[in-house]
Amino acid sequence: MISAHGFGDPGKMKEYHYTGPVEHRFSPYAFNGGTVLAVAGEDFAIVASDTRLSEGYSIHSRDSPKCYKLTDTTVIGCSGFHGDCLTLTKIIDARLKMYKHSNNKSMTSGAIAAMLSTILYGRRFFPYYVYNIIGGLDEHGKGAVYSFDPVGSYQRDTYKAGGSASAMLQPLLDNQIGFKNMEGVQHVPLTRDKAVQLVKDVFISAAERDVYTGDALRVCVITKEGINEQTIPLRKD
Amino acid sequence: MSSQLLQLHVCKLPRLKKSRRNSGIPLHFFIPTLPNPAPSNNRSLFPYSPANQSVTVRRPFPLSHGTTTLGFIFQGGVIAAADTRASAGGLVACPEVHKITPIHSHLVVTSSGSGADCMLWERILTREIRLYQLRHRRCLSIRGTAKLLSFMLHPFKGTEVCVALTLCGWDKDLIYVCSDGARLQGDIFSVGSGSPYAYGVLDRDLRWSLSKEEAISLAREAVFRATHRDAYSGNNVDLFHVTAQGWSQRKREDLKEEYYRDMKRKTNIVEG
Repeated sequence: MISAHGFGDPGKMKEYHYTGPVEHRFSPYAFNGGTVLAVAGEDFAIVASDTRLSEGYSIHSRDSPKCYKLTDTTVIGCSGFHGDCLTLTKIIDARLKMYKHSNNKSMTSGAIAAMLSTILYGRRFFPYYVYNIIGGLDEHGKGAVYSFDPVGSYQRDTYKAGGSASAMLQPLLDNQIGFKNMEGVQHVPLTRDKAVQLVKDVFISAAERDVYTGDALRVCVITKEGINEQTIPLRKD
Repeated sequence: MSSQLLQLHVCKLPRLKKSRRNSGIPLHFFIPTLPNPAPSNNRSLFPYSPANQSVTVRRPFPLSHGTTTLGFIFQGGVIAAADTRASAGGLVACPEVHKITPIHSHLVVTSSGSGADCMLWERILTREIRLYQLRHRRCLSIRGTAKLLSFMLHPFKGTEVCVALTLCGWDKDLIYVCSDGARLQGDIFSVGSGSPYAYGVLDRDLRWSLSKEEAISLAREAVFRATHRDAYSGNNVDLFHVTAQGWSQRKREDLKEEYYRDMKRKTNIVEG
């Protein structure tokens, strides 16, 4: 179903009176919703996403997670246009294999981030409509999160939310993990269990207020022992 | 096909000839293909013709923009300062961006414009400078670097690439390069949405004979005032000082504290 909803500026009222014949161009993009979140700890990283795939007023699937495993120490979360997410992950997998065969080792998280930046910028004039967040362990075993914009600008962070509910979740993370805008609070480093609990709470809040987020939550916890996946149910309405 | 044309065009420029002996990643892996491939008639000589501006796909998302960066020369070297906010539409996409990046030990570049464009073009520039250094066993001068950057950006003139970089180098050189094709040398540059406010503060107090501490405090003050008045600048201030011995970075400072100190100073003046 092609959505009648334009991706115009948020907050502006659309006019509904007849102004004469209007030509609608085919838009190659669609917005499939979904939220992705990543948190980096001292020796772990968490990448979490909801599993709802929607378009306009419909839900295509309740079981379409947005976390994709790249290597034993790296997981990527992609939200936005599902078609571009699939193609992008295929391209990343192919490049990872090429690297493995030429260099006889797996790519590190930092290298994957740098490579993804150039892949995205290669399509500067017809971008992949994907908001990426990479979570993993760096060469020293510490947690690393790299967040991207659709054209390849990236940054290493401690925590980042991306996707439809990102504007709601990011301030909550700033406050709870970054201790921003709080006076007289002790900065306690995040333990793994507390981080997982926080991620679950944050997604439950997101599902309450964002229509494109819900159904189930897939959490991938990356430690040096490997990648542990859990699925937690969320609101289905 | 367009990437081949771009290769051809790029190869015509003397410095960017891809040597067959090098097995490095070819330049077309980095540089994006132009939006509309030029047809194979004599129009291919003019990539900045209206072919670049014809209908492209409308993007459904905003890209990051908006900033205050500044650089100036004084007796003790060059100071480069910038805020750290990246905004995308009305949202602060990232409050802790690095807008000043070192290219090598004696050259620092401040970036403004679209975040992704600046980041990638800085990477391409760093790569080219490093290759030059390895091939010719000397550092390219700042003016040469600016020229190289300007020539690399030229095929994208007229497209939506938006890059405005200020190169600050060891030789007391300050050169502004932008994707429209401008390449200007000067003593003081401020770029971005907050630049009018920064210029106001700088023009008042900037002199050649400033000491290092005075220059740093002036740059900091200029960025602080600009972040106060411009909605798209804010968060922290980054400061770099470049001399003949190399660049040194001052610790990133949160401007929130400075704002409270300033408010306190103003109430003291009123009361006292």
